[in-house]
Formats: sequence, structure tokens, C-alpha cells
Amino acid sequence: MALQSYASPLEKIWHYTYLTLCALIFLFLIAPILIVIPLSFNSQPYFTFTKEMLALDPTGYSTRWYDLLLTFGMNAPDVPRDSSWWADAWENAAWIKATKNSVIIGVFSTILATVLGTVAALGLSKPDMPYRRPIMAILISPMIVPIIITATGLFFFYSDIGISKWSIFGWEIPYLGVILAHATLGIPFVIITVTATLVGFDHSLTRAAANLGANPRTTFFKIIMPLILPGVISGALFAFVTSFDEVVVVLFIGGLDEQTIPRQMWNGIREQISPAILSVATILVIISTLLLATVELLRRRSEKLRGITPH
Amino acid sequence: MADSTTSTEIGLTTVDGKPLKEALAYAQTRARRRALLLVLPLLLFILVTFILPIGQMLQRSVYNDGFTMHHNLGTGEDTPIMVNLAAWFDDNELGVEPDEAAYAALVTDLIELKRLRAPGSAGTRINYGLSGSRSLFTQGARKAAKLEAPFKEALIGVNEKWENPKLWQVMRSASSSYTGAFYLAAIDRTQNADGDVERVEENRRVYVKLFGRTLAVSLLITFLTFLLAYPIAHLLATLPLRYSNLLMIFVLLPFWTSLLVRTTSWMILLQSQGVLNDAMVGTGILDDANRIQMMYNKTGTIIAMTHILLPFMVLPLYSVMRPINPSYVRAARSLGATSWTAFRRIYFPQTVPGIGAGALLVFILAVGYYITPALVGGADGTLISNLIAFHMTKSLNWSMAAALASLLLGGILILYWLYDRLVGIDNLKLG
Repeated sequence: MALQSYASPLEKIWHYTYLTLCALIFLFLIAPILIVIPLSFNSQPYFTFTKEMLALDPTGYSTRWYDLLLTFGMNAPDVPRDSSWWADAWENAAWIKATKNSVIIGVFSTILATVLGTVAALGLSKPDMPYRRPIMAILISPMIVPIIITATGLFFFYSDIGISKWSIFGWEIPYLGVILAHATLGIPFVIITVTATLVGFDHSLTRAAANLGANPRTTFFKIIMPLILPGVISGALFAFVTSFDEVVVVLFIGGLDEQTIPRQMWNGIREQISPAILSVATILVIISTLLLATVELLRRRSEKLRGITPH
Repeated sequence: MADSTTSTEIGLTTVDGKPLKEALAYAQTRARRRALLLVLPLLLFILVTFILPIGQMLQRSVYNDGFTMHHNLGTGEDTPIMVNLAAWFDDNELGVEPDEAAYAALVTDLIELKRLRAPGSAGTRINYGLSGSRSLFTQGARKAAKLEAPFKEALIGVNEKWENPKLWQVMRSASSSYTGAFYLAAIDRTQNADGDVERVEENRRVYVKLFGRTLAVSLLITFLTFLLAYPIAHLLATLPLRYSNLLMIFVLLPFWTSLLVRTTSWMILLQSQGVLNDAMVGTGILDDANRIQMMYNKTGTIIAMTHILLPFMVLPLYSVMRPINPSYVRAARSLGATSWTAFRRIYFPQTVPGIGAGALLVFILAVGYYITPALVGGADGTLISNLIAFHMTKSLNWSMAAALASLLLGGILILYWLYDRLVGIDNLKLG
């Protein structure tokens, strides 16, 4: 995007205006995400920069909201912080409970979505796949249909079949409805990322493996799996993030004790917003940065593996 | 055809003596079946956890048995209600003045309602068509047992609302479980006492207006994301990869960040005591007394949603712009085109597919948005999804919610089909 040497003065002015404009748009994209980080260290219960903060006065900053995250909901938050305090936090602190639920739901829905999605993507990428287009349209649709419609449908469906009372040998499976719903929402992401890695997949590799005496199972684990693994992991991460961030379905079909991080945030924002929300937001921003970095690394690795140079 | 005749003439066969053509067809069928078998588990899963629930919702939008069946939640027993009245409706066509027999049937049914403790739920069903009917039913059921013939005068004596022809029309419509009344209501229409469709009173026309607002807001957001995405997608596409990969983080980080986090950020930025207003007051642009109300209204919804949906516009634009050969524009310039003409005639037309893909995707996502408008939208910034949620969780008029959701779903599916035709679902990319 260098300026050509033959550019007229007017074009030069336009060029720099254009770059400024782009800088402002990038600022618009990133500023709202970064702004929560300093504000989460506010020592006052405000959502704006105090005078002390602007003057970089250490008294303007504190970690009290992070502390509140830990202690909120505990039985005895004010006793000395020994092992029983931590046990209390682990058992009772509302945000820790929500994190546990979010992780359990996220992990199981991701496993379900990734296994089913990867197998289906392998089928979809075969040249002999019949009805490819309509099937693909159906499998991607959970991403397109508004979440409120999905949640409404699931609410009717689950209450009719009474899923909350389902049990295996008397053990009521916790979060079953939410896990199934989140797996459904994550599947399109797995399908998209895995089929993307299978584009241009060299089918002579599997034939070569078979020719050399490998049975289909060996071929899958030794040849296909290593090649599509980056796409599978990316898809799994997308599916996990989808579940980790999903609130509407949990609100509609989740039981009262199925409190997740987004649901807790949602309640916090709706009822009385405290800067503790900002400290949660900061932690989530850090997690998403890490995930983004992982996915980018995987994407480059996958391109290298498949011998595709980015153009 | 030529192939098949030659192969049969020569008699090409496989080792085990089968004709080659047959063996090939067999192998192909097996390959197809194997591919289908791989997809089948997921297809079944989606069918059960997604398609069936959506189907159930569609059924709910035309089915409401609130006035025909009583569900005892304790015992799980279902008892038909309002049977005598339904029988009278069957025997008498619409327009027949309700006579003594009709009122007698109604009173019998009301007594039965009282026995089942169900007048509230039956009344609620009628309330959807004519407000104020719920209390009418609870009152009527309470007094029905003491009424004596002639029932017509007696019931009207209890409450003269029983005479209302509109009430009788609604009861007739509700006495069959299947009804299109909720769809009519979703487009601000209702049936009058004679059964003709007409618009509801002016102050109750909310749904069409809200559909209109949802469309307008979504279109505006689509346009805004286009305006903001085009320059940066162009910059990203023309920069050397090592720089554009770095700048891409600015697009992908918001994409990966929790929706609730982004909405919260906009709340603290836009609040009247928030960062933006404070900054403007601090620098003297704004007087402390005139802080701008940017949240809990349409402005808040539009700003926050534009930010949230911007990556969905940048990514398709970028993937279309990246492979555009810069020598076309250079050729145009060397043939005497000004930079504006070269852009307008040469560069822009090549990016149209990307614009189409991005705009459709952003529009589809915007139309059904729920969380952001619910948190920053206030009264005039909410969209149709918020009304669906309201009927699901607050008013508990589930059939209404289902009818609104079905209309929204219909619109979205048309757009989705269009997207598949024009762009192809295979081309959907995530970062």
C-alpha cells in the first residue's frame, strides 16, 4: 500500500486521509475491548476513569474487584485465608461455581460436537457424497438461525420430553439439555473448519497407504488424522468458545442451579452492574487472546502441512 | 452408450468374472453409501436436537389447546374442557346469535372449569384474543353454579361482557385447538365479530412496527459495517502479509471475544456517566448538564451491533480483495483513468461478490440479534427477538412467541437460501 511516486498532491492528501481513517476504524474495533482492562483495576465503584487513575496515582488502582470475584457468595469471606478459606471459595464462591459449570458444559459439548462434526466433515468431503449441498445447509443452519428461535424451540421440546428427569441407573445426568444444545450450536464451526482443511486434500495419499498394506483404521490414524488435526482443534476451540459464551439457551432451558459464567454476567449486567463484571471481562479477553493465538498458529501449521503457501 | 457396447462386445470382466460396468457401479454405490454413513450420525443428531425442536415451535404457533384441554400438572391427566360450548359451535355457524342453548352450554362448561380449577388457564387463552377476558372467566366460573335458567339473562346479569359478540367470536376460534389467530395477531390483524380480518386498534399495532424497525436497524447496521469494513479490508488486502497479519488481530480479537464482554464494554463507554461522555465533558466539548444519551435507545443498539458485526463484513471482503491483481488498476491508470475512475470502474466491480457475501451475512445475523439490543436497547432500541423473549419469559403467551419466531425464521431461511445460491455455504470462512 505504498504511495506511487507519480501521485499528485491531491492523491497524497487523500492517501494520508485514508490511512488516518483506517487507523480510526481499527481503534473503533479494538478500543472497546481494551478499555475494560484498566477500568477493572478501578479502586472506586465507577465505570469511568477517576482523576487518580488518569494521574497514574497508585491509590486510584486496586485489585478489589478481582477479590470480590473470589469472595462473592462465600460463607465466610472475612476469615484469614488459610486452607479452609480456599475450600470455602472452591465450594461456594458464585463465580467459581459458574466457572466449573461453564467448563463442564463446554468440555462435554465440545467433545460431542468435535467427534460428530469431524466424522461428518470426512463424509462431506468425499467426492462421492450424495446430496452434499442440502445436507451441508442443514448442518450449518444452527449457526444461521437466531439463537432466540433455537432457544424457544428447545424450550418447548425439552419440556415435552421432560429431559431434566432423564436418568441412567437412577443418576440424573446434569446439564444434559444444555450440553446437547451447545453441541448443536458448535457443530457448524467444526464442519466449516474441518472441511476447510480437507479442501484440496490429496486422496492419492490414502490410496498410497492402502497400497502399502495399511488397513482403513491405520490409514485414518496415521495419514488422515495428522493432516486434519489442526482444523479439528480449531473447530473444537470454536465450539468451546461458542458454548463458553452462550447465554440465551442456558437462560431458557437451564435449571436454576445451572449457573454459567455468561449467565452470571447477564444477571450482573441486568440487575446491578458492578465493576466486578469488568474484571470477569478482562479475564475473558485474556482467554480469547490466547485462543486466537492458538488458532492462528494451528492455521499456519495446517497450511504448511498441506503445502499451501498463503497468497 | 458407445462405451457400454464396446465393453460388452469385448466382454471386459473383473477377476471374479463380473462385467466391469456392474462392478464399477457397485463400487460407486458402496462409496456413496460409505460417505453417507459418515454423515448420518450427525444428521440424526441435528434432526433430534435442532430440527425437531424448531418443528415443535412451528406447531405451537398454530396449536393452542388452552380452551379445549385441561392439563393437570399434578397427576398428568388431560381432561377435555368447554365440550358443550364446542358442540354448540359445531351445530351453529358463525353469525348465529348465541341463544339460550349456547349460554346453557357455556354455564355447564364454566361449572366444569370450576371443578377442575381451570378457569384461569381457559380464560388466559381467550384473553389473547380479547383482553380482560381472564377475570371474566374466573368470575363467571365462581358464580356459575348458583345461576338458574334462563342462563342467558343470568350470565349477562353477572357481567354484561358475556354479551360481547367479539368474545363469542374469540371463543369460537379458540374452541378448536388449531388456529391461525396468532399469525394474524403477529401482523397486527384480528378477526372481528363477523369473522372478517381487520387491523387491530391503532394503539395496539406493535408487531408490524417492530418488524419494520428490525428491518430498518439491520439495514442501517449492514450499511455501516460496509462503510467501515471496506477501507480496512482494502488496506489489509494490499499490505504485505507480515503487516496485514498483524493488523488482522484487530479484526479477529473482537471476533473471538465474548459477546457479553463486548456489549459490557459498550455499556461503560456509552453510559451518560461513562467514558465517552466523561471525555467530552473533560475536554470541554460538552457541557456537564448536556451529556448525550447514547445508551438505552436505538443509538446504543446501532453502535454496539455495528462493532460486533464488523468482523463478519471485513473477513469476506478481505478474502475477495486479497487475490485481486493490482496490475488491472495500474493498467487503467496508464490508459489515462484518474485514480477515482480506476477505483470505480476497475477495482470496485471486482469486490462486489465480497460485498454481497458480507452484507447478506451481517444482515442475517443482525435481524435475529437478541443479547445486545436487550442490554443496551432500552425501549426504542429493541428488536423482534426481544419481543419473542418477552412473550416466552414475561407474558407467557407462548403461541404468540412461536408465531413471531416462525415469521422471523421464514424470513431468515429465505435469506439463507439466497446466501447459499449466491455465495455458497462452503465459502463461509472463520478468520
